[in-house]
Amino acid sequence: MIQVRNLRKTFGPKVAVGGVSFKVEKGEVLGFLGPNGAGKSTTMRMITGFIPPTDGEAVIGGFNIVEQPIEAKRLMGYLPENAPSYADMTVNGFLSFTAELRGLSGSAQRKAVDRAVEMCFLENVLHQSVETLSKGYRHRTCFAQSIIHDPEVLILDEPTDGLDPNQKHEVRTLIRKMGQTKAIIFSTHILEEVEAVCSRAIIIDRGVIVANGTPAELKARSPQAGAITLRLGVEPKAGIKAVVAKLEGLNQVDHVSILGSAPVELRVFARKNVSPADLAGLLSETAMKEQWALQELHAEEGRLDEVFRNITLPDTKSAGKENK
Amino acid sequence: MKPILTITKRELTGYFASPVAFVFIVIFLMLSGFFTFMVAGFFERGQASLEAFFSWHPWLYLFLVPAVGMRMWSEERRLGTLELLLTMPVTPWQAIVGKFLAAWTVLALALGLTFPVWITVNYLGNPDNGIILAGYLGSFLMGGAYLSITAMTSAMTRNQVVAFIVSVVISLFLILAGYPPVTNLLVHWALPWVVEAIAAFSVMTHFESIQKGVLDSRDILYFLSVIVFSLFTTGVIVRTHRAG
Repeated sequence: MIQVRNLRKTFGPKVAVGGVSFKVEKGEVLGFLGPNGAGKSTTMRMITGFIPPTDGEAVIGGFNIVEQPIEAKRLMGYLPENAPSYADMTVNGFLSFTAELRGLSGSAQRKAVDRAVEMCFLENVLHQSVETLSKGYRHRTCFAQSIIHDPEVLILDEPTDGLDPNQKHEVRTLIRKMGQTKAIIFSTHILEEVEAVCSRAIIIDRGVIVANGTPAELKARSPQAGAITLRLGVEPKAGIKAVVAKLEGLNQVDHVSILGSAPVELRVFARKNVSPADLAGLLSETAMKEQWALQELHAEEGRLDEVFRNITLPDTKSAGKENK
Repeated sequence: MKPILTITKRELTGYFASPVAFVFIVIFLMLSGFFTFMVAGFFERGQASLEAFFSWHPWLYLFLVPAVGMRMWSEERRLGTLELLLTMPVTPWQAIVGKFLAAWTVLALALGLTFPVWITVNYLGNPDNGIILAGYLGSFLMGGAYLSITAMTSAMTRNQVVAFIVSVVISLFLILAGYPPVTNLLVHWALPWVVEAIAAFSVMTHFESIQKGVLDSRDILYFLSVIVFSLFTTGVIVRTHRAG
């Protein structure tokens, strides 16, 4: 549905987005991650046709956004960053206006507005003017605007920004539900959101894609992914050091790090070519043999925030240096 | 065509939801009454014409029209709704024309509400109503020309005050280029044809001839081309500096 090929945007000598390519199909929710100023919003603005790309193209449902903007925009719903809306209108007036711009009229328009209002929980403020609303309501008003015509493609720039935890949860549930039938791109810097909602995630840093995969694939890039954590209820008589020595003596084990001593918590890293399942089996066997009071044993999935930091941090540091 | 009307409708609700339209209409009516009856001496003239009424319009519009139009685009920029509007299935053209028509409607409404002056002059004497109609048409077109200039300056900045001042300056130039005290002064400095060429750019020259009842196509064309040119420039500005 969404096809982005080598999209570039430069502002004078500054490269905001330096050649980004990806595809999003129907039924996919793509999480767009990156530090502030990485080019997430700029990319989204180019896809939605707000700013023209310097180079490359974005094709929405077969329509090039630069050559056939009206057709492409019809297929799309867009929630811009900071969720702008006309302050002097009521929620109902604003949604009716956007529905009308989307070509809906009469009872179809009424129905579309009702549907969006219900999905975004706006019933209580329907006849209030937008400027009197709290940030959360304003945000949801603009969100309602983006889904008013039940678009096939949704572009959401930080859809959960400024919402309270309950509202965040609602919006995530909504995105996940809509993601089954639509192609959705949403940007965020909340990593748990990516795990909760996305079928795929892209990490973008200083205008280029530095990682692209399912949340599980990305997590697997974390250094602790695949490691096994053990917890022993009672410290064995021989002492914690002996346990470590015993484990490191095993062929399949690369090294062991101590996370805590009361209770004993160890993280065991496998050598290459040893699967976490094999290692876990081996460890539980060893624990039985040695009669350790094994309380817990689980494989680490890796953590997205760690991956994120590993990928983007070196760059942020050098960027800081350049600025000085 | 449909999106233009949708946008015009929204803008009109915007004008009437905020005090902008009311303040404009009331002040316009008060000032035009004041200038017509107190300054221009409508009664003292003893003429059954609305010349006293129309002759002040270029000056009234100079400040009032930019006040109406200054928010047209700068407000969109400031609120960020420009991004919303331009990612809707609407061309920038439709948005520009829609917004312009809404503001022009407010001007037309204010102008229409001056009808008591017309009734008065018809009650007191036998004016040439054709000339008066021409005067209204000229005033409406002139208001549109100022408004389109304001649309252009408003698209350049997110600051309404800047938009207001710049459009007042441009409009003032368009008045002064053909204002008799200025042209009389210019005659001493430049060749007559230069002065005439400059005066041809002025709203004064064209408004005055329409107001006299001479509906010359060149005068109407002048106002229409100012409107088209300014709106075209607005389009260029909106499209080239969207994100700013």
